[in-house]
Amino acid sequence: MINYEVVVIGGGPAGLAAAIEAKRNGVNNILVIERDRELGGILQQCIHNGFGLHVFKEELTGPEYAHRFIKELKDMGIEYKLDTMVLSLNKEKVIHAISREDGYMIIKAKAVVLAMGCRERTAGAINIPGTRPSGVFSAGTAQRYINIDGYLVGKKVVILGSGDIGLIMARRMTLEGAKVLAVAEIMPYSGGLNRNIVQCLNDYNIPLYLSHTITEIKGRDRVTSVVISQVDESMKPIPGTEFELECDTVLLSVGLIPENELSEQAGIEIDPRTKGPYVTETMETSIDGVFACGNVVHVHDLVDFVTEESRRAGKNAAKYVKDLITNQGKSFNTKPSNGVSYIVPQKVRVDNIDNTLDIFLRVRAIYNNAKLVLKADDEVIKEYNKKHLAPGEMEHLVLPKKLFADKDFDTLTIEVKEAN
Amino acid sequence: MEKHNLICINCPMGCRLEITITENGGWLIEGNQCKRGLSYAQKELTAPTRTLTTTVKVKNSLLRRLPVKSSDGIPKEKIFEAMALINQVTVEPPISIGDIIIENILDTGVNIISSRDL
Repeated sequence: MINYEVVVIGGGPAGLAAAIEAKRNGVNNILVIERDRELGGILQQCIHNGFGLHVFKEELTGPEYAHRFIKELKDMGIEYKLDTMVLSLNKEKVIHAISREDGYMIIKAKAVVLAMGCRERTAGAINIPGTRPSGVFSAGTAQRYINIDGYLVGKKVVILGSGDIGLIMARRMTLEGAKVLAVAEIMPYSGGLNRNIVQCLNDYNIPLYLSHTITEIKGRDRVTSVVISQVDESMKPIPGTEFELECDTVLLSVGLIPENELSEQAGIEIDPRTKGPYVTETMETSIDGVFACGNVVHVHDLVDFVTEESRRAGKNAAKYVKDLITNQGKSFNTKPSNGVSYIVPQKVRVDNIDNTLDIFLRVRAIYNNAKLVLKADDEVIKEYNKKHLAPGEMEHLVLPKKLFADKDFDTLTIEVKEAN
Repeated sequence: MEKHNLICINCPMGCRLEITITENGGWLIEGNQCKRGLSYAQKELTAPTRTLTTTVKVKNSLLRRLPVKSSDGIPKEKIFEAMALINQVTVEPPISIGDIIIENILDTGVNIISSRDL
């Protein structure tokens, strides 16, 4: 058995930031385990720019953003293993992993940071009617083919779902000479960032059909066309609104799901709202000493927020190793209410907070000139005015500790109050 | 007086800008949350540019493509012309992040640079 103080599972942006921060906080014996052939995770295939505006105050591409953290990790002498797959984790923080180079390894950690990220929802998960020809890809898979391997996956493309990866891929395929005929989005609004609608669709006159979905994929060996229909408020296709587009490729950008097979196997409790582990103010999961950060906890829109959250997880993993985290004292749970779909963290132990508490949340619908209202049990303790709230844009609140430290309450509720 | 509505693409905030150009040529802007909103609006309404990110072919390496970007904005109407030039390039390691792959592309004064080490 090999012993480490902190083992980080996943070498993407979350794992890199967590490992670096654990080292900065005085832990020397750290291991990062990555299953791919290089560090950096999904950033390496996200060759577009727009990363780092919060963390570095400049606009970087994905590989550039990854480079800064990889360089820092290497300069600090933090150990990492590539091409290594973690097979299991248990409550005693024993990890089984395997690689071609090292064979089968059993590793014991004092603290573990889960940073496995997320994966794309597939065609199977959304049940598109029709045949099963080739030419149907998830947007991220197509992105890897084009940006890493150098294959253009098709010439005439229809994209289902207007998440950011779908929008980015619409532009990328267009630049490489493909014709993107349409982006169909089942919701009445896009799940992607406004800037991406402007610079990926509007710039290239690619139509975005809101409240539309693909109702049939046609083709025997390869996709030959898709049928698109408008949907009503309950997302049911409206008969008579169908139109057919000839194409050879369908890209799916229909959401991301935190990748928690390992967490579930270890018996970590999962929040059905986020589909990630329940976490505390220190990013600790339901198992003592197992922390989690980044997209494995909840899907972020910005890598900058992943970095901030992961630094917190890394710092607290270091504190845990030094026995500086307390389960004593006051605590409360957070509860999403009216209009709020989830809140991270789900539980807060007040004594572990230095000065401020970071809260991430998402709303259920689009609101203009609304308020986010925070209640300690029934008492309103804070209101934030929000010009614009949308499900595709995660909200980040920084609460000063003095706001709640002197109060005795069980539940912090956050809800949306619409303008009168 | 002239009014325009734009969405700022400087950062992921995506501010909704309301721009008024007055008769005497003054610019009034609302909805921006930082000072970059005004310079974006002025540029977008007069000479719009975009950062171009793409890849070039690689030989003699484990990697098959090198991600590259323009060091500054390229005029919007020259993007496809720039792509055609970039797609003719093949590179070999060693390459460092920031290395110039194409200098002064299409006489724009903008370089195409590497996004990573190779």
